[in-house]
Amino acid sequence: MAYLDHAATAPVLPEVVSAMAETMSRVGNASSLHSSGRQARRLVEESREQVATVLGARPSEVIFTSGGTEADNLAIKGLYLSRRDGDPGRRRLLVSAVEHHAVLDSTDWLAAHEQAEVVLLPVDQLGRVDPAAVRAAVADDPASVALISVMWANNEVGTVQPVAEVAGIAAEFGIPFHTDAVQAVGSLPVSFQASGAAALTVSAHKLGGPAGIGALLLGRGVSCVPSLHGGGQERDVRSGTLNVAGAVGMALALELAEARRPELAVELVRLRQDLIEGIFERVDGAVLNGDPVDRLPGNVHLSFPGCEGDSLLMLLDARGIECSTGSACSAGLAQPSHVLLAMGADERRARSSLRLSLGHTSTDADVQGVLDAIAPAVDRARRAGAA
Amino acid sequence: MTGARRRVLAAMSGGVDSAVAAARAVDAGWDVTGVHLALSRQPATLRAGARGCCTIEDANDARRAADVLGIPFYVWDFSERFASDVIEDFVAEYQAGHTPNPCLRCNEKIKFSALLDRALALDFDAVVTGHHARLAGGVLTRSVDAAKDQSYVLAVLTPQQLAHAEFPLGDSTKDEVRAEAAARGLAVADKPDSHDICFIADGDTRGFLSRRLGQQPGEIVDQDGTVLGEHDGAFGFTVGQRRGLNLTRPSASGQPRYVLAIQPKTNTVVVGGRDELAVDRIHTAEPVWLGEVPTRRLDCLVQVRAHGEPVPATVVVIDGGLQVDVARPQHGIAPGQALVMYAGDRVLGSATIGSAARVPAVTP
Repeated sequence: MAYLDHAATAPVLPEVVSAMAETMSRVGNASSLHSSGRQARRLVEESREQVATVLGARPSEVIFTSGGTEADNLAIKGLYLSRRDGDPGRRRLLVSAVEHHAVLDSTDWLAAHEQAEVVLLPVDQLGRVDPAAVRAAVADDPASVALISVMWANNEVGTVQPVAEVAGIAAEFGIPFHTDAVQAVGSLPVSFQASGAAALTVSAHKLGGPAGIGALLLGRGVSCVPSLHGGGQERDVRSGTLNVAGAVGMALALELAEARRPELAVELVRLRQDLIEGIFERVDGAVLNGDPVDRLPGNVHLSFPGCEGDSLLMLLDARGIECSTGSACSAGLAQPSHVLLAMGADERRARSSLRLSLGHTSTDADVQGVLDAIAPAVDRARRAGAA
Repeated sequence: MTGARRRVLAAMSGGVDSAVAAARAVDAGWDVTGVHLALSRQPATLRAGARGCCTIEDANDARRAADVLGIPFYVWDFSERFASDVIEDFVAEYQAGHTPNPCLRCNEKIKFSALLDRALALDFDAVVTGHHARLAGGVLTRSVDAAKDQSYVLAVLTPQQLAHAEFPLGDSTKDEVRAEAAARGLAVADKPDSHDICFIADGDTRGFLSRRLGQQPGEIVDQDGTVLGEHDGAFGFTVGQRRGLNLTRPSASGQPRYVLAIQPKTNTVVVGGRDELAVDRIHTAEPVWLGEVPTRRLDCLVQVRAHGEPVPATVVVIDGGLQVDVARPQHGIAPGQALVMYAGDRVLGSATIGSAARVPAVTP
């Protein structure tokens, strides 16, 4: 069995499992005033401090959410509404065309219900946003821009975006900048403070933490309209009883991932290159998608012209190799990837692609397993594609 | 890996039949992979009543059943093939004045063509479906559950297609299938049967066609050519249809009138009394034979619609097509419908109806 779908979710670190089990056996409600509540609150606040330390933020800037999707929704909708309410003219949302659907569908929702005007920032054929295009889009009418959102690194093709440059442009015009760093955290050095972002999305389960918790890092001076109303937790931006065990698990996973990151990144790049080069040696016509150099250490994303990615996925699954055709969210009903289409790929190429994502459990044996299986699988899938 | 193990692809719609069929394939010791065919380009999230299919909920029901059975499961997108080979064909057939059967076309072009071809290329041996029909040694026979029998919509398949098909439900009644699903813990055990045409969710075929083909006003005439009324498109009518004619002039006899013919070239609908509908000679296009091709006249039973009564008939091959003389006059036979020939419960073959007529009585 080779698990090559870390970008969908990574195996939970054993230390995290223990810490969460321990926490769950004794927590109270972190908003309660009694002793159990105080203990729970202490765990949450320590976790918040750990998260802040790892990500270069202040504890007050960590808003725990139910995950990356909620954090993206909160950032896009909350910042847009706040900006628009401050000035009804600020309705333009500048987002890259390769964002996760948690961002894109949020902007679509705002366009449908809150009069937002969505401007999709184009990417080049490597999937990279051109900062000049961002500047041009802003310069069209800077006063009308509510928010700019460009992800730190793409979840499908792994391309790392020029977030520092985009953040610089945003700062120049006084526009808040959000970045979805779900795939970057744990793989690349990420500092909220140094990034210049007003808001940054992070999720626990991509780096060895539990699913069901994430955070929006939200600058202290940034105003955000809440989307969940209730008890006033999390700076009154995100109400709801705190997920104490989740926060503990997330903080520990982040800390461990960050401590291991420099070494792991080197190892993953080595495995990734072995995988890419090995596949090129064995399969004619395979095409690497995304930036060959400036990409996530564990991301391999290839098109195999003449194949349906679905067929390939099934054949590899039957050989014990677990990977995906795109992001796990769209898995199930095959839609050609909006990311590949935005990069200029045609629908056929988009449908012929496969993502193999390496992570903390990946080994040489996993890579070898793929290399042993890939050529016959592609041959067979190509015959099925022609059928 | 056991190399000799039969590898089958179970087409799982999300309904009870295909779930139990897949379960029986697992019980048979086969290496089973479940596949849900996404046929709609814009699937709805939830099912609405018994109509429509291919919602996300159906895909999830199929996935849930596959998970219970412990088999791999995938959703494959056949929406483009379905649109071109089934929906476009359906519209074109109506436009040509015919009455198509899209379920039959889906079996012929999608499940046992596009899907089967892909399955074979991916090293599967067969496609398993939850159709109610028996298949053994290349012989296709009606289901033991006469009310649920689907041999009619499978009869269009060639021997080559049937050689790679498995219908594990043919020996069971629908009630038995539901009971078995419940016993196996499959949540779809009491899911309602699907009815009607899956891609026309509201059941309004005429409305669907007029959205696709636009308004094409024309005349409704009697057999003498007298204009009795107007219509918005001859494509919206089917031979034998009585309702929805909106005739302005009553018939002389006061009897109800039926659609006798659709003349697509002049966009004219011809109506007349029920007796005028009766035909006893049918001509068809080239038939598909499941067994040997008969060399002389064949006495058999024929069925001309999905839930129609089989009637005795004599069949001869003329110019590659069939001339079928039925023992009892049939009403409402439309070009485009399939004619299926049976010997008892066994399917002999099928052909698409081209025309039908009343043969003048001959005095002996």
